[in-house]
Amino acid sequence: MENHSTKIKIENLDLYFGKKQILKNIEAEIPKNKLTVILGPSGCGKTTLLKCLNRLMDLYPEVRVKGHILIDDQDILHTTNGLNILRKRMGLLSQQPYPLPMSIYRNVAYGLRISGRRKKRFLDKRVEHYLNMVNLWDEVKDRLKEPASGLSIGQQQRLCLARGLAVDPEIILADEPTSALDPISSEAIEKKFMELKSRYTIVVVTHILRQAKRIADNVIFMYLGEVIEQGPAEEFFNNPKEEKTKQFLKGAFN
Amino acid sequence: MKIFKSISNAAIKKAEEQIFRVLMLLSSLLILFALILLIISVFVKGLPALSWEMISQVPKGGFYFGKEGGILNAILGSAYLSLGAVLLAFIISLPVALFINIHIVQRKRLVNFVRFLLDLLWGVPSIVYGAFAFSIMIYMGWKTSLIAGIFTVSLFIIPIMVRGMDEVLKTVPRGLLETSLSLGSTKSETAYFVFFRQCTPGIITAVLLSFGRAIGDVASILFTTGYTDHLPTSLTQPTATLPLAIFFQLTSPIKEVQERAYASALILTFIVLIVSILSRVFSVKFKKNKISE
Repeated sequence: MENHSTKIKIENLDLYFGKKQILKNIEAEIPKNKLTVILGPSGCGKTTLLKCLNRLMDLYPEVRVKGHILIDDQDILHTTNGLNILRKRMGLLSQQPYPLPMSIYRNVAYGLRISGRRKKRFLDKRVEHYLNMVNLWDEVKDRLKEPASGLSIGQQQRLCLARGLAVDPEIILADEPTSALDPISSEAIEKKFMELKSRYTIVVVTHILRQAKRIADNVIFMYLGEVIEQGPAEEFFNNPKEEKTKQFLKGAFN
Repeated sequence: MKIFKSISNAAIKKAEEQIFRVLMLLSSLLILFALILLIISVFVKGLPALSWEMISQVPKGGFYFGKEGGILNAILGSAYLSLGAVLLAFIISLPVALFINIHIVQRKRLVNFVRFLLDLLWGVPSIVYGAFAFSIMIYMGWKTSLIAGIFTVSLFIIPIMVRGMDEVLKTVPRGLLETSLSLGSTKSETAYFVFFRQCTPGIITAVLLSFGRAIGDVASILFTTGYTDHLPTSLTQPTATLPLAIFFQLTSPIKEVQERAYASALILTFIVLIVSILSRVFSVKFKKNKISE
């Protein structure tokens, strides 16, 4: 039987930007070691919801949040200390790859180094391991000391994935991770997600219906700041219950 | 008829474009011309008086009347003063600039208020800083000294340095901050390992800009650093500086001494030029890791 344990639970989440309410009473569950897609048209609050999970919304001016986000039954929304430890549990893959301003090697080793692992032998091994994991090792093994900014966008995104995996997270958050990539690089990322999802809880934000269909185990469908429908992918795509979902699946909002 | 209209429209647009091109070219040339003229005049007037003596000896016969000796005291004094002030200002400015761009980035109003204050301070004339520091020195019973000058000058270049760094740090994409934080680094680690690296060339430029202001300013050191004929040996003694040396030599009634003022100006210009070129060469080295959007 399938294991239905919940990794992340969102309860009564409201989020305001100044006076404007962006997220309205979000209730959602994200199952452990599955790939959950947050789906919805542009501007519906998907990315905002994702950034609430690792508290990156703290960086934006005039944001007010109410409600609860439970990760392994611990409320993470209102703690003030240990944010870096919380964030370390979640790897982030953003829309555009942001390599750190350092070498390829240093990029992957960054997370390990700041948590105090500085032995060269250990780092060498880890860097190779994680670059292999995203199939980048063969492409970059001869130029590990070169700046990461010299890689192609597709390579950079894989590097960012490797860098995120290297801090050994439990959750991978991905914000439209393929939107800046060419089709081949996109496929590589999607494939990687399919391989990784048995070990990590993956949350992918996308507005691309076909991508959601390809990769999702579980879907949270959002529209104008509200969760309209959620559940296992098969049921969601084949047997939607809400009118809005049916319209979206027909391509009404795109 | 319509076709004529569109032709004349195009002609007007073209003429407009031409006029503005000429205007821009003229103003660029004007600035360039002024700059070249300035450098030439310093060279022409200063070069004859420039000698090895000038840069290797201390003045003989007093700075109003002395035709002999050199201005080594002022060269060293200026170097100590500006390096000390830049170093002190850097130690204070970098954390401030990083702090407002990373730690309190979400508090927009506060950040903008800090920027506003710094801009105000930037606009305060350096003589006011000098007078302010002088009044404190009187109150505390301190004499004019190198250290007082270093404090005063660093006070007045801090706003310049912070805002210079701030303008560069502002351009770092938000995504880089989010990326670094989500790798588990604290905000301070992000500041020094990521933002500082990303912005090193710009930060060097900001430091350089304030160095130029520090070494060239007279008003802030007039009451605070004083002047002397000796080589600077102690932080608590008055110290000669190049801008003041130029001032004193230029106001001297003796023609030879006036000429020496231009030689001093030439030396000052050279120092700024060399530091500027060196730091530019230096900053290219840091550009390679910079990510671009």
